[in-house]
Amino acid sequence: MTVDITPLRRYRNETPYPFCPGCGHGSILDKLSEALATIDIDPASVVVVSDIGCAGLSDQYFDTSAFHGLHGRSITYATGVKLARPELTVIVIMGDGGTGIGGTHLINAARRNVGITVLVFNNLNFGMTGGQHSTTTPDGAVTATTPGGNLEHPLDICATVGVNGAGYVYRGTSFDDDLSTRIVEAIRHPGFALLDIWELCTAYFVPANKFTRRGLESTIERLGLATGVLYQHDVAEYATAYRAASRDLPSRMRPVGIPTTHPSPLTDTTSLVVAGSAGAKVRSAARLVGEAAIRSGLWATQRDDYPVTVKTGHSLSEVVLGPRPAAPVGVTVPDVAVVVSADGLRKVQPMLAAMGLNGVVFTIPEFADVVTGARLVVIDPTASPVRIPKAQLALVLLTAAVARLGLFPVEAMTEAAAAGAFAEENLAAIEAGRGL
Amino acid sequence: MREYIDGSTAIVRGALDAGCTFFAGYPITPASGILMAMMRELPKVGGVAIQGEDEIASIGMCIGATLAGSRAMTATSGPGISLYSENIGLAVMGEVPLVIVDVQRLGPSTGGATTVSQGDVQFVRWGTGGGFPIIALAPSTVTESYWLTAKAFDLAERFRCPVFVVTDKELATTLTTVDLESYPTIQVRDREVGSGGPPYRYAPADEVAPLHEFGRGATVRFTGSTHDTGGYITKHLPTVDALNRHLSEKIEDHRDEIELADADLEDGAPTLVIGYGVTGGAVRAAVAEARRRGIRVSGLVVQSLWPIPETVIRRAMEGVDRVVVPELNLGLYRREVERIAAGRSVVGVNRVDGELIDVDQIVEAVT
Repeated sequence: MTVDITPLRRYRNETPYPFCPGCGHGSILDKLSEALATIDIDPASVVVVSDIGCAGLSDQYFDTSAFHGLHGRSITYATGVKLARPELTVIVIMGDGGTGIGGTHLINAARRNVGITVLVFNNLNFGMTGGQHSTTTPDGAVTATTPGGNLEHPLDICATVGVNGAGYVYRGTSFDDDLSTRIVEAIRHPGFALLDIWELCTAYFVPANKFTRRGLESTIERLGLATGVLYQHDVAEYATAYRAASRDLPSRMRPVGIPTTHPSPLTDTTSLVVAGSAGAKVRSAARLVGEAAIRSGLWATQRDDYPVTVKTGHSLSEVVLGPRPAAPVGVTVPDVAVVVSADGLRKVQPMLAAMGLNGVVFTIPEFADVVTGARLVVIDPTASPVRIPKAQLALVLLTAAVARLGLFPVEAMTEAAAAGAFAEENLAAIEAGRGL
Repeated sequence: MREYIDGSTAIVRGALDAGCTFFAGYPITPASGILMAMMRELPKVGGVAIQGEDEIASIGMCIGATLAGSRAMTATSGPGISLYSENIGLAVMGEVPLVIVDVQRLGPSTGGATTVSQGDVQFVRWGTGGGFPIIALAPSTVTESYWLTAKAFDLAERFRCPVFVVTDKELATTLTTVDLESYPTIQVRDREVGSGGPPYRYAPADEVAPLHEFGRGATVRFTGSTHDTGGYITKHLPTVDALNRHLSEKIEDHRDEIELADADLEDGAPTLVIGYGVTGGAVRAAVAEARRRGIRVSGLVVQSLWPIPETVIRRAMEGVDRVVVPELNLGLYRREVERIAAGRSVVGVNRVDGELIDVDQIVEAVT
């Protein structure tokens, strides 16, 4: 009788570990290998993402797929892999150093619950670069950079990711008998899983602190840190949730053509500056002028200037209209200026002063004494039979300017407004502007 | 039909048409428009877009996603490129196709968030350690923003490397009227995917091996450390030498496939104006205006900033004794032009007050 035996898949390769005698890295990696064999996943679909330091060498001893990147960033690469291919098993191997330099990635991956498994090889110091202190070095511990004893409080990795939404969190040591079982659980957990595995660095931390396995355990106890599985709850894995949320979306954006429905008498380029306050619909009003110009067969460009703040300060739009296409260039002295607020006026004052007799400035009675060489047209919004909200002043005055200067038919403005957002209020403003 | 569109939208459309399936970015003025549009559009085409916790995470996710089969893009401004620096190096070393958009703003540091600048042209070239070649394209119009983004995806696959699209606040946010018929179609090559065997190849030095992706049946090793063709860390001198020469020669030996410029040359013109990016628009307008005034002048708008298109520039310089280089910095690209100019007089027109160069400023420099 013959029995078919499926040979166990191999994850660990033949290369001997390069770690110091007594270092915990090798035994954790053996447990990882055991865990992968238990789960029996195709090695090609396992991606071991290694960070930097001695633990960062780990991927070379596995016959799985591997990604060895930059210090502290392993979680970001793992996140990218998982988001692109949620079906892959993505395992991050990082040291305690990585939890410092990459702390924000750790917190945010936990918060998002990206379905990756993070193994922290926590040997309480930087073992590759000379035994400097890390984020997890216990207070009082002597390292190459804390010769008088560490004054910093150690980071509680498990609590940090646990309270921020991680699906599975475990703390233990490299000596734990059940470590491979816990790694299996962590990998099988759909969300973000982290194992904080304390171990000995025999090159530095052990000799500097006369540290032992017992010391490791008593330090955990002294710091009041719990061990075992600390958090375990069902969560929606991010990449899967993203795909579910992406179902039934409308189709992607395509170019929106603007038809030519009116003629324009404009034979030369005309530049128009509208100056108002940020948050007062200056840019959207200017955009309607540009769209209406395009409807009238013209070519328009619109350049905006505004401070970094959103609803305070000036908002300036430069619209250039012409019968031929032209690249956007700076407008030093405009042909037409529309000033609707004190913020805007402050910004364009020098521009208005530089304007000559051929120019026209449209403004409200409040700024009737503005200094300009241009022809001044004062429009009183209170003369309108309908009340004009402040935020519509730009559109009202722009409409008046378009109508009085005959740049193109006001009907083109009406059509542009009807086709866009906030159609009702914009149409009302255009109606008011044309009547003034 | 015409449309009213800004450069950011054109870049997003170029990326979507080029088959972009992954985007990660962090909010920053003036590049946020691209992030928001990608967050909205990518899931509609089966792709993934995510806002990273910072710029470092964003580009890191892009690199990871690419190795898992995505075509990725990220977008930021100067301060974000600073944070991308280490991962740009990783993408160079690991030979990762990736498109990086830099919407330039006035620097240094936070500088002027809503102010135009061309201060990053050397930064994108030398923005990571090691001193290896970089490909950077610079659109000067909305239409170019579209097709050069698609072209960037194509070059990223061709050379397995990060490719920059260098734009700026004005090009990205200024609305422009564009004839819908004027967008050219760019053929973006399919990714050549390798499976099994070594994921890297260094001989012949200028050839590029297919990208080995995760999860395609065979194990794949990827590393940012100096590695052999199998992706294992090495200090073997001939291998290290071969790897580093390969990273350089795969681009340097094929510059002719990258060179892009819009030349408007006039026979016998004594003056040549060379511009790029948003200043390219002013260069074109100034050349037209100068000719209207009877001045003989040639114009060249460089579209492939890096490697610098030497062949095109050399050809444009034939018979020219004076070169004018307008740019929104204090002469960062001019020094490259001077190197090629071989003793010709090279004059800069420079502006760093946050305003665009005036057409008249260039016309004045030409006369």
